[in-house]
Amino acid sequence: MPLTTFWFALIAVLWIGYFVLEGFDFGVGMLLPIVSRDDADRDVVLRSIGPVWDGNEVWLLVAGGATFAAFPEWYASLFAGFYLPLLLILVGLIVRGIALEFRGKLPDPLWRRRWETALVASSVVPSLLWGVAFANIVHGVAMRSDHVVTASLFSLLNPYSLLGGVVTLVLFALHGAVFLALKTDGAVRVRSRLLATRLGIVAIVGGAAFLVWTQLSYGRGWTYATAAAAATCLVAGVLASARGREGWAFLAVALTLALVVITLFGNLWPNVLPSTTSAANNLTVTGAASTPYTLKVMTWVAVLATPVVLAYQGWTYWVFRQRLVRLEPVIIPVPRAPDDVVVPSAR
Amino acid sequence: MPGWKGPAVNALDLARWQFGIVTVYHFLFVPLTIGLSFLVAGMQTVWHVKGDPAYLRLTKFFGRLFLINVAMGVVTGIVQEFQFGMNWSAYSRFVGDIFGAPLAMEGLLAFFLESTFLGLWIFGWDRLPKRVHLATIWLVSCGTILSAFFILAANSWMQHPVGFTINAAKHRAELTSIGAVFTNPTLWVTFPHTIAGAFVVAGVFVLAISSWHLARRNEVELFRPAARMAMVVTLIASIAVAVTGDAQGKLMTKQQPMKMAAAEALWRDQQPASFSLLTVGSLNGDHEVWSLRVPRLLSFLATGSFTGKVEGIDSVQAQEVAKYGAGDYRPSLPVTYWTFRLMIGFGLVSALLSALGLWLTRRRRLPASRWFYRAAVLSVGAPFLANSAGWIFTEMGRQPWVVYGVMPTSAAVSPGVGAGSVLTSLLTYTLLYAALAIIEVRLMLGFIRSGPEPLADTDAADLPVPAPAFSY
Repeated sequence: MPLTTFWFALIAVLWIGYFVLEGFDFGVGMLLPIVSRDDADRDVVLRSIGPVWDGNEVWLLVAGGATFAAFPEWYASLFAGFYLPLLLILVGLIVRGIALEFRGKLPDPLWRRRWETALVASSVVPSLLWGVAFANIVHGVAMRSDHVVTASLFSLLNPYSLLGGVVTLVLFALHGAVFLALKTDGAVRVRSRLLATRLGIVAIVGGAAFLVWTQLSYGRGWTYATAAAAATCLVAGVLASARGREGWAFLAVALTLALVVITLFGNLWPNVLPSTTSAANNLTVTGAASTPYTLKVMTWVAVLATPVVLAYQGWTYWVFRQRLVRLEPVIIPVPRAPDDVVVPSAR
Repeated sequence: MPGWKGPAVNALDLARWQFGIVTVYHFLFVPLTIGLSFLVAGMQTVWHVKGDPAYLRLTKFFGRLFLINVAMGVVTGIVQEFQFGMNWSAYSRFVGDIFGAPLAMEGLLAFFLESTFLGLWIFGWDRLPKRVHLATIWLVSCGTILSAFFILAANSWMQHPVGFTINAAKHRAELTSIGAVFTNPTLWVTFPHTIAGAFVVAGVFVLAISSWHLARRNEVELFRPAARMAMVVTLIASIAVAVTGDAQGKLMTKQQPMKMAAAEALWRDQQPASFSLLTVGSLNGDHEVWSLRVPRLLSFLATGSFTGKVEGIDSVQAQEVAKYGAGDYRPSLPVTYWTFRLMIGFGLVSALLSALGLWLTRRRRLPASRWFYRAAVLSVGAPFLANSAGWIFTEMGRQPWVVYGVMPTSAAVSPGVGAGSVLTSLLTYTLLYAALAIIEVRLMLGFIRSGPEPLADTDAADLPVPAPAFSY
């Protein structure tokens, strides 16, 4: 396999990692006010992503850095071409990180309510815009022969890309709901599971429409199989969630996201950014790539480092595998009888 | 936004202002968190080894301040990685084959390490064995330093490009030796200089906060050792800053003679060259009215010999015209002249403060009067200013080049992005960052005033309850 192909596949893998991991923490952020009733609930919800959200976001930074290193033309055309949507995403990610880290730092209810509102908004906006961006990448944008994107902001907001945005939004919300059902206990778990079923129905309808549109317009041979597999996993995930099989539901929705990314990247190949101005202006995998030497260096780094990263990130999830429960006010145990000791428990 | 025509602004100037603002802002948090992660890891290690609960309280107190700043550093760092493509896409196309590699490595090798183990440290107090938990904060510290190494490799390549060739057909610079990029002599003086500068920032930060409490005789048994620890780190790091800075100056004289001449606003060659502490002159620095000078010092700083010859701006300009063709190769002299002096001056403040403080607190003593504490609190900004001034000096001193001798800054900006778009993002980031700065400083002041929390029962007995005070 040429290294350019390997790096195209690796960048797809990095985006899969990003959407699968940050996808659920975006979802958790959006659903915060829906699945919780009081501050103790919200603590449970936020603690479910507390230890991992920052590590999840690094997948985006690595996807961006890897694109810069392996496909500089792609990085340059895409980031300059999608300037304003990307600005909104970045503002969202800035506000979101601060909201997650600052909210719990003060007990003041007003302080907390404000950061919670900021968290919801800053989880919704990037979730929507990532879908818009990826749909536009597959669809192609107005681009000159020197690969400078000339598309206006308005043209980026076309019906196909807006559908893509709504679908990523709903899929991330669903992913967040099945994650919360898996990771929490008590009332939050019950509410999340109910919500997952409702969101699942919307996701199936929207996701099917998006996949059909994608395949009819940009589909090719094998991606029909991955698109069908994505749809199957989605249905399976929603059914599993409805039947209370929370682990299977999470796995199936994660696979759905992965298969959607594979489908989109498969349809994109051998381009990395098609031009709607003229097919001659398409930015291709080989046309956008770095030199073979740089790709070789980066391949060694990726091959050696990625397993280590996966191992310690996986270990983090293992360390925090326990379901989270509400922290009731801890009463200092003054045992009179052995059964008198108060243990914090789920409500 | 197409059609937007500003009177005197263009996308290039706005993009440069934006880079300056977001990068200087980001680099307030970077050195603080590089240094603080190390100091907090040191405090936790002392607690681990000696079992003294005072150090556990210090770890948690400064750890919380560390986390607030990490959050700011992380979120403002995202912009850093994306803005090359957004505002500087011509630059990204031209140098991506080389410049992208250290950035990708930074993500894969440093960011993952830092963020994953930080999550484990924050939430792992009651989940991990104590020894493993201690290792997590050390790994965070390693991650921050590794991250600095990779980004400085990228920056050093811009200062002194090595290991590449120009492919004229593809109109880009291509990597020929990754080894040369990582053994770039510029990197190996810049990296220790930057890390030492970061330790000074954190050292003075801990010293200032400890002094504020010591002046009020709060928790003296906690803050005296914290202040001592901070001053030892500050003093050692300040010496390292001076030694590495000196090496940098000599290397810079060889690699970028214009920058050294501009640092002094030295127009004509001098042998031996004197160093001006202060100058009153015209705004563009072409003639001086009065200056306070140290004889032969510039000769020493630039060449290592008190009688060495230092080239002036006029002769370097002539050489560069001969080498690169007609053009103005002079950076903004008032900026380079003053930032160079501010960097050194504010750096000296930290060094003197820590040396004096160590003397005043020798053998279980504490300063009796409050003036030392006041000075320490007031000095908290000095190392931040020294760091910012140093970066503004080295980046502005490289102008008009973005990659020295290879690519001018004017050719680096995104061709398809209008001034309106850049202005929109410039205003957005500036307003957002200003708002976050106010929130962050108020939050920190609240924590600093209230001081270290008493140890919760969960820290003493091993109850299976995660300590909520430290997490979310």
